[in-house]
Amino acid sequence: MSDARSDIFARIREALKVKAPKPHLKTDANPGKTSTVAKPWLPDGGETADASLTILAEQLAKLKAVLIRVPDKAAAAKAVAELSAAKNWKKVAFHGHELLRPVAASLPCETWEADASFDKQRLEGCDAGITTCESIVAQLGSILVSSATSGGRALSVLPHVHVVVAEASQVVPDLGEALALAKARHGDQMPSMLSFITGPSRTGDIERILVLGAHGPKELYLVLVG
Amino acid sequence: MRVSLFVPCFVDQLTPKVGLATAKVLKRLGHEVEFRSAQTCCGQPSFNSGQWDVAREAAIRALEVFRGAEVVVGPSGSCVAMMRNFYPELLKGTPHAAEADDLAARTFEFSEFLVKKLGVTDVGAKFAKKVTYHDGCHALRELRLKEEPRQLLRAVKGLELIESEEGETCCGFGGLFSAKFPMISTAMVQVKGGALARTGADFVVSSDPSCLLQIGGWLSREGKPILPLHIAEVLANDA
Amino acid sequence: MSDSKAIFLKDATVNAADGDQRAFIRKALGGYYTNRDLQKARYRDWERARDAASLAKWSAVNDLANVLEKFVANFERNGGVVHWARDAAEARAIILKIAEDAKAKAIVKSKCMTSEEIHLNDALEKAGYGVVESDLGEFIQQLRGEAPYHFVFPCMHVKREAISELFTKHLGTAPTDSPEELTMIARRHLRQLYVDADIGITGANFLVAETGQISITENEGNARLTAALPRIHIALSGIEKVVNNLDDLSVLLPMLATAGAGQPMTCYNTLYSGPRKKGECDGPEEFHIVLLDNARTRLLADPEQRDALHCIRCGACLNVCPIFKNIGGLAYGTTYQGPIGSVITPHLRGLKQWNHLSGASSLCGACTDACPVRIDLHHHLLHNRRNAAKESPTLFDRLFHNGFNFVIKSPWLFATGGRIFRATLPLLQKLPLPYMGAWMKTRDLPKAPSQSFRDQWKKQNV
Repeated sequence: MSDARSDIFARIREALKVKAPKPHLKTDANPGKTSTVAKPWLPDGGETADASLTILAEQLAKLKAVLIRVPDKAAAAKAVAELSAAKNWKKVAFHGHELLRPVAASLPCETWEADASFDKQRLEGCDAGITTCESIVAQLGSILVSSATSGGRALSVLPHVHVVVAEASQVVPDLGEALALAKARHGDQMPSMLSFITGPSRTGDIERILVLGAHGPKELYLVLVG
Repeated sequence: MRVSLFVPCFVDQLTPKVGLATAKVLKRLGHEVEFRSAQTCCGQPSFNSGQWDVAREAAIRALEVFRGAEVVVGPSGSCVAMMRNFYPELLKGTPHAAEADDLAARTFEFSEFLVKKLGVTDVGAKFAKKVTYHDGCHALRELRLKEEPRQLLRAVKGLELIESEEGETCCGFGGLFSAKFPMISTAMVQVKGGALARTGADFVVSSDPSCLLQIGGWLSREGKPILPLHIAEVLANDA
Repeated sequence: MSDSKAIFLKDATVNAADGDQRAFIRKALGGYYTNRDLQKARYRDWERARDAASLAKWSAVNDLANVLEKFVANFERNGGVVHWARDAAEARAIILKIAEDAKAKAIVKSKCMTSEEIHLNDALEKAGYGVVESDLGEFIQQLRGEAPYHFVFPCMHVKREAISELFTKHLGTAPTDSPEELTMIARRHLRQLYVDADIGITGANFLVAETGQISITENEGNARLTAALPRIHIALSGIEKVVNNLDDLSVLLPMLATAGAGQPMTCYNTLYSGPRKKGECDGPEEFHIVLLDNARTRLLADPEQRDALHCIRCGACLNVCPIFKNIGGLAYGTTYQGPIGSVITPHLRGLKQWNHLSGASSLCGACTDACPVRIDLHHHLLHNRRNAAKESPTLFDRLFHNGFNFVIKSPWLFATGGRIFRATLPLLQKLPLPYMGAWMKTRDLPKAPSQSFRDQWKKQNV
């Protein structure tokens, strides 16, 4: 509706004829790249890879996400297979990625490459979804998935359990870096969905008491290789 | 120093001992104290009610009253916040703007004056009682005072200082708000007063006599054993 | 007195007297304060982080025309469709048309306060669409037929027993007093609805101009599902939600979570650009955004209070507000409660009818201290009071304040008036006078001294 559009813009331009003073700040925060300026003030994400991994482990533990560190891809497959047996999964969905095919191949239960032939009803019936990820943010314990590289939008949120298989080199210190990395990697062709996952799904809606597994996965596992 | 007392309007009329105690402490510390009797009210009730023209007049009169005073000290975070933070806003763009800034620079709340300006925390006081402290919101958030009154109280001989729950929660006075929205104001003082009473302290002390009016008024009505006392009154007890 | 003020006073009186409910709310918030302080302590300088967040929003809102244009251009480039709505009616009409064109039957929604603002559900239901709120708190409120109590925690005032009864009544489930079981009931009930819905409606926390993405913050995963499974995704957002750069979110997202919920990050923070792309295996075929003005430009035109548009809807100001905690969110009678609601509602809905919310505050300032983007909340309440006094002065106020001013102009009048006041106080206290009567109902006054300070000072210093 071009009428509404031009009306709104006219109102905006009229309104902004009078400048508002810059906010009364305690510091001389000059606009520059926000994450660069703010980095020393935000929570620490680690100055070294080791420091980042330590912080990541702390954050994941607080979030009740389970971190499983493994030395190599074979060990990763073994770890997920053990999980599958222990949890008695019957149907597991994954997406086609070289990190995941060996993992899927080692599972004792029915597995399904969901992105090859997507079916939302079938996905709803799966016990677990296995994906890789774009990056992992130590500062916050967040895992970045995308619709382009992590098997679509629903795979990492619909099944009751989400397992992420990733390489330790994918850990970045903070959110600013994760965002910059996503931009650099995808440029003009951003995936239609990029999602930072920080722990299993949760709600505090009932008496502000924490309950896990509101709508998204109740359990979140990060299998970190290397 | 020659300290010019600012005595809040309701302290003048309802709780004069607060003003007298303030003067006593300052004199004990060797300062000259004056009271310019042309003063009446800082204008905050009108300001808070949105009657800024009326408040502006009160502000201009206050500038006149305190013109030339070396330093102005008031035993009230609320009134001092009015003079320091809001007079400049009220008088911005008027010929009085510069003087408003000037007055703001030489006006202090009482405990702030002792600790930050005079550098004194032990004023030679004795008060062997259990005391809990209430931070008035203006003192806490407009003037950024929190440690100063506590430093003074900790130096008082025999005084035991107990912190309460809901420490930074508003008492619900808010000037005319207490009477315009009495049901909310009462609910707020129930929370605050209840927390203060639960400390088991003998007195609730504050740098804000307006908060003490509200808290004391509720404690009295409810028959609670804890009594309100202004910090100046505590510090005025000679050791 | 405006109707809304009369209703407000009535509701506030009832709720402020409900000691049990107030204690329940305080208990519910206890965990938040602890977690918030723990998270804040992880920031190496929370105050400076607030500066960065404040500046990020300031620079976007004060360049709104350019930033919006850039956002829209990029949003469209990503394959999304942009719609403009000047007011609530236009927004509803746009969404109804999309639903009609899509021959939709079932609609699932994730939390969107803007949709509350425009009363969208009502319109959709009247037009025959099944609409389900998927956020647990909103779902509960929808079943209760009640507006959200708090825009981040919509049913925080409802006890678990009441939720259990609600589910038994509407879903036929067995009673339970376990929050976990109640949550699982809602989870099971809603899962198939996501799969079956034709349209998913979400809000947007941020509109990123640089990339044309929208950012959605949530904990449950219901917004993720709402924007993943249905074939059409409609996002509804106020025009003020813009940020310049993707990078700004590195500060805004963590702070939103910390201030709003005491978390390092909420569970899902998702960026959407366009419908399903070529090569992606799932996702909506269409992605629409409805950009809403609805009097935001009125607030924009007030340079003094323009920063209220920086609000990231974290709810921190509600969580610390003693007014909110004592009267509850529903008493406000507005879409947006708490301090931010009291500040903006007069601009969005009219000063004369809504300025009482700005009066119903002791101006303690806890809200301003809590706001991650440094909105000058409690001072804006003063500004609203000033504007209301100018625009629609009441006779009583004018008499009272001019009278008071007259007395305080003259030290002699003040002293004399004070003397009379003190002498008659014992009588005055018993009369049903304005202000005095209200005070005396629940509080005592000190015994009037026979001599004022100035009397005693004069004597001492003769």
